[in-house]
Amino acid sequence: MTEPSRLSQQEIPAPLQVAPFALIFLLFFLIPLGLTLMVSFWDYNEYQILPAFTVRSYVEIFSGCLAKLPDLCVTFKTYLSTLKFCVIVWLTTLIIGFFVAYFLAFHVRSLTMQITLFLVCTIPFWTSNIIRTISWIPLLGRNGLLNAALLKLGIIHAPIEWLIFSNFSVILSLVQLYTLFMIVPVFNSMMRIDRSLLEAAYDAGASGWQTLWNVIIPLSKPGLVIGSIFVVTIVMGDFVTVGVMGGQQIASIGKVINTQMNALQFPPAAANSVVLLIAVLLIISAMTRLVDIRKEL
Amino acid sequence: MRSGRSPAFYWLAALFAAFVLFLYGPMITIVILSFQGPEGGLTFPMNGVSLHWFSKLWEGLGVVDIWAAFGRSLRLGAVVMVLTVVLSLAAGLAYRKRFPGSDLLFYVVVASLIVPSIVVSLGIGLEFRLFDDTVKSLADSLGWSWLADTYTTAMGLYTSALAAHLTWTLPFGLLIMFAIFNRFDRRYEEAARDLGATPWKSFAHVVLPIIGPSVIGIGLFGFTLSWDEAARSSQAIGDLNTLPLELQGLTTTVTNPAIYALGTVTTGVSFVVIFASLGLIQFLRRRQARHGSDAGQGLT
Repeated sequence: MTEPSRLSQQEIPAPLQVAPFALIFLLFFLIPLGLTLMVSFWDYNEYQILPAFTVRSYVEIFSGCLAKLPDLCVTFKTYLSTLKFCVIVWLTTLIIGFFVAYFLAFHVRSLTMQITLFLVCTIPFWTSNIIRTISWIPLLGRNGLLNAALLKLGIIHAPIEWLIFSNFSVILSLVQLYTLFMIVPVFNSMMRIDRSLLEAAYDAGASGWQTLWNVIIPLSKPGLVIGSIFVVTIVMGDFVTVGVMGGQQIASIGKVINTQMNALQFPPAAANSVVLLIAVLLIISAMTRLVDIRKEL
Repeated sequence: MRSGRSPAFYWLAALFAAFVLFLYGPMITIVILSFQGPEGGLTFPMNGVSLHWFSKLWEGLGVVDIWAAFGRSLRLGAVVMVLTVVLSLAAGLAYRKRFPGSDLLFYVVVASLIVPSIVVSLGIGLEFRLFDDTVKSLADSLGWSWLADTYTTAMGLYTSALAAHLTWTLPFGLLIMFAIFNRFDRRYEEAARDLGATPWKSFAHVVLPIIGPSVIGIGLFGFTLSWDEAARSSQAIGDLNTLPLELQGLTTTVTNPAIYALGTVTTGVSFVVIFASLGLIQFLRRRQARHGSDAGQGLT
């Protein structure tokens, strides 16, 4: 460490300390979102975007949606498909995440062991999602390990096709990637539960299930809500996993946006982003009513 | 607590073991398959064991210059790591005092974490494109031909892609800082001040050594999240892709175990960084316990 200069005799004011951090979010988060909203109301042709106000992009997104009812238009179908993934992945990660966290917090007794097992769950999060996704292919593929094993055992007579590049593989992969987002906040909530409450419940004659249902689950609610927000928002916007594991055959809103961007159709991509963002914000606002995130860290 | 294991323990332990297998099984599979013999294919059985596909990878994969992308991702990861640590640390310190707009900034940061990555990516991509258009039209209208002729784009690895990565790593950094300072015992700092330490001295000799291990954790998040990031940079990258983006393209074009070899190498880099960080954290904790008199006792 160098000797303090005269400047460091005084404390750096907080606004100055936080300024570079805040500036990053202003320049590369808030302004881009604002520009996205702006461009979503611009016109375009094959070559360029035209800065003239129009609702063309929004009209195109929802064109025929009302007229076609009760049949679903492409947009509604895409949202419905994404929502379906959301609900299934959310429920699965909620159940797995809860019990994994419960095991770590209440059944593993030494702190060292808790930290070690927690790290075991966390380490994959620090490795590549894409590689973790394609890792399923040799296991679930047409000639993959699972099909080969089932064929050999005589349980099936032809390879199961829906194991890979299907809704099933997308869900499997999403659950594998994002259960951690459920485990961490739930584990955090559970570690803050006063252990004497469990003793009290036990002394008062509560069974294991009653304690779980009436004490642990209500007190883990903040973690469950935060985890749910993470999982739902990630799945809503996902396009990489749906792309790779869906064999590029399954629609998602993220993929629609990605495709339009690659085709340089910026206004419709922006309009789709705005719609997606509104959908996500509606879901989150419903969930945040239940909990104050900042108190939970 | 009651002694003895309940039956529930064994069920939960089995569930946990299954979950860990589910997490690691596929990854282990591709590591094994990357050592496939030269005649071997994308799935089992192993057709001999060799380093053939690693040498294929070493030569490069067709048109894509994979090692250039590898280097770019490493360098970008290092820059993101340093910036994430420094900016989060400074912001975390600021949050211990009050400053105007602190709540607003907090919500913006959380929003950055949960706004879908594709939306952030598109926004940053648009921002840079609009910036490019503005520069070009300005240069034209001012008659600055030197600028109009040479300027192409401001998008690039250390501009738009770096920005995209920071919107993803900084929220984690700040949340970890909150977690650190919520458990931090201010009395150490007050004691240092009472003994006449300047703010800088008390930060460098008291606060930083205590929170050091957690700060390394922030660096770990910074590097690994950047190293693996694809969704946020997808529309904000310019001409030269990072490794994960190249990899995403290769999943459809490369149909031999070389892609597994690449997966093994990439995962290997992650693991080196993870275990180096965890080792360093462990080392600092031990040193604290040995020398640290009572510093660090406030951390649990």
